Amino acid sequence: MSVSKSSLILRRVTESRLFFPFVALALILLFDLVTVPGFFRIYTREGNLYGNLIDILRNGSTVSLLAIGMTLVIATRGVDLSVGAVMAIAASVAALLMNPYVLAKELPPHIMKFMTDPHFTYQPLWVVILVTLIVAAICGLWNGILVAYGKIQPMIATLILMIAGRGIAQLITNGVRIQIFYEPYAFIGQGWIVLPFSLYLVAIVFAVAWLLTRRTAIGMFIESVGTNSRSSFYSGIDEKKIKLLAYTFCGLCAGIAGLVESANIKTSDAFNMGQTKELDAILAVVIGGTLMSGGRFSLLASIVGAWVIQAITTSMYAIGVPAFALQAIKGVVVILVILLYSEQVRNLVQRLTVQKGA
Amino acid sequence: MMSDEYIIEMRGIDKAFPGVQALSKVDFFLRRGEIHALVGENGAGKSTLIKVLTGVEKPDAGHIILDGEEVRVRSPLHAQELGITTVYQEVNLCPNLTVAENILIGREPKRLGSINWKAMNAQAKEILQRLDVNIDVTKPLGLYPVAIQQMTAIARALEVASARVLILDEPTSSLDMHETDQLFRVMRRLKSEGVAIIFITHFIDQVYQISDRITVLRNGRLVGTFETASIPRLELIAKMIGRSLTELDEMSQIKLESRKHIKGEALMRAKGLGFTGGIEPFDLELHAGEVLGLAGLLGSGRTELAQLLFGIEKPDSGVLEMEGEEITRFSPLASIGRGVALCPEDRKEAGIVDDLTVRENIILALQASRGWFKYLSKQQQYEIADRYIKLLNIATPSADQPVKNLSGGNQQKVILARWLATNPKVLILDEPTRGIDVGAKAEIQRLVLSLAEEGKACLFISSELEEVLRTSHRIAVLRDRKKVTEFSGEVDEHRIMQAIAGGEA
Repeated sequence: MSVSKSSLILRRVTESRLFFPFVALALILLFDLVTVPGFFRIYTREGNLYGNLIDILRNGSTVSLLAIGMTLVIATRGVDLSVGAVMAIAASVAALLMNPYVLAKELPPHIMKFMTDPHFTYQPLWVVILVTLIVAAICGLWNGILVAYGKIQPMIATLILMIAGRGIAQLITNGVRIQIFYEPYAFIGQGWIVLPFSLYLVAIVFAVAWLLTRRTAIGMFIESVGTNSRSSFYSGIDEKKIKLLAYTFCGLCAGIAGLVESANIKTSDAFNMGQTKELDAILAVVIGGTLMSGGRFSLLASIVGAWVIQAITTSMYAIGVPAFALQAIKGVVVILVILLYSEQVRNLVQRLTVQKGA
Repeated sequence: MMSDEYIIEMRGIDKAFPGVQALSKVDFFLRRGEIHALVGENGAGKSTLIKVLTGVEKPDAGHIILDGEEVRVRSPLHAQELGITTVYQEVNLCPNLTVAENILIGREPKRLGSINWKAMNAQAKEILQRLDVNIDVTKPLGLYPVAIQQMTAIARALEVASARVLILDEPTSSLDMHETDQLFRVMRRLKSEGVAIIFITHFIDQVYQISDRITVLRNGRLVGTFETASIPRLELIAKMIGRSLTELDEMSQIKLESRKHIKGEALMRAKGLGFTGGIEPFDLELHAGEVLGLAGLLGSGRTELAQLLFGIEKPDSGVLEMEGEEITRFSPLASIGRGVALCPEDRKEAGIVDDLTVRENIILALQASRGWFKYLSKQQQYEIADRYIKLLNIATPSADQPVKNLSGGNQQKVILARWLATNPKVLILDEPTRGIDVGAKAEIQRLVLSLAEEGKACLFISSELEEVLRTSHRIAVLRDRKKVTEFSGEVDEHRIMQAIAGGEA
């Protein structure tokens, strides 16, 4: 009796969507355990936790945020290539709202002295955040309109903003890289309350996304539209509104990621901000087991996917792979991770669990 | 010697899937140059047997002897090399490639390393001509009707492997009468060339029309193999469904009884309703408690009429009234709100959402009508799903099974359940029994009548005239995208056939 029960649990674990992302993560950490002594050491400083594991979580938070929004978009059988550019737009908007004086040619001296003051901001923080997020959501809405109502292929539709977005971000700041000195803003990316502050943001956005999709019918509708849009239409589901929501939410997530990233590096770097982050986000979703062809999705699995990517990067640095070789190595590891997902490996795991059960 | 008579001998085939014994000790013998019908209800094991024969599945036990020699079929490709080739129910071709490309892809005639298009087109044309099909092979396949696509699939199957055995899996389920005849001509020609054909179908008429012998499977077991000429129709059906046929006769009794419930006032009324390119303006009334049958050939405008009533298409002429009020908003969502439901003809494309569970598929339309935020609780969802699984006799291990794992007939029932869950007043059923087995067909027909008895108005569309006759109180006939006539009361098949066929008949 107990044997069959434990085998049943084993079956349920291996068939869960979270199983493979966690296995991938575990394998990478296992690698660290063997090759990097002290990799798992976590120490406290002023009551806050530090260490490689915390670094993985903290540095992975931008991609985690993007991956949450990207999951919904990919589940509708779409993709959003513009999230990196939207991060840049968000950073530019936020930086400009805090310090619009950088654009002026000449400034009176009494204002000049505020420029590097860590307590100075032109607009209050809540206005900065609110306006930035509204702008980011509008970017997402734009993508959604092109895809849902313009019926443009998602890859092409979002490519427009991917390319134009960086230009817009630079236009906003008139091509200037605005340095950010305002400390409360920097806290978003650099702050620590026992754990890094950005982790709490990830948790909040995840919770909101989860409630929005799993405590309402939206999640099922997204999966239905992504699996078979014609059947969904015949069943009375408004595919356009669902897509609009997914892209808008994705833009919003990109906006939050832009806040975190710019607060972390304390500058609005319209050119480099979020470069290739859209690809990491897509990869995170894929590692999380959501298919590019849409349908079933798991938000948590996508976040684990983001951690997997970050764990690869952090591990490579830890064993001393130089930065320029990182991308190539990352590619190899990604191939290995994707191999884990192959039918052969899945069947093998299933056979093993069935044998154990028998 | 045995091997002279049979091209294929399958002996004692066993195959189990987790939880199901799909085949147990099945023998199947195929003679050279015969047309052999393989029949049985859904889940009888027909597909599995074919999959074993074509190397898609490996048998747990048993032998396959091809042309006197035992073989182990390793893969579908290997099967093709052995001369066994299959044309599946759903056409597996590329609609955006030309007909010629579809036939010859992977084996294009080459000249100097590049494709010799002229030779390729000529070759494709010739192959098709062998099947009596004369079309422009340089046009994309998708432009042609399903029948031509089917012929193309057969042409490809014959071309790829110099086939000795051709397996046709439900080839006629989307063909109309003429197209079916054309296919049968091709089958007879191939037979005379010595090709042995395994013909899987749900249409009993066609079994008798074309086959030499019949093998019946039921629940994964062999019931028997019979000479077509020596087994009467009723006996065959009894063997297939393994239960008495009297219940089928009960139907006409139920129908007569239920006639009493028909209300005089029209629930839904179309006046001069039509849309260009779809269906010409027509008048139609649907009454509560009534089953209105819609007969006509494929392409006669049946589906378009249904789509118009359900708001998939918007009319450009006429008025549609629901309970005396004129309808202005045409969309599926608005229709669901009015109490109209449509089970679409194309179960795979427009019906099921295959990755979602049975439960989710059942509540989908109901939830859509409630909107995003009035989410049915899990408990309510299970209640609804379990109720309809029981009511419609849906064979599924649980409500959480992905609907793609169900057989065709059960998928159809899931879609029916989806619409019944919205508690519609008007239920439009477009080919609800296509591609499903005799038993499930009877169940669905009975269900339609009992729904009418409950006071729903049903529009029943089917290409099987017998079925329309059996279930409908009144029958409207479409021809060439026009409503031509309407019959009520007792009508004989012959008069309707004349109406369907039009002037020529």
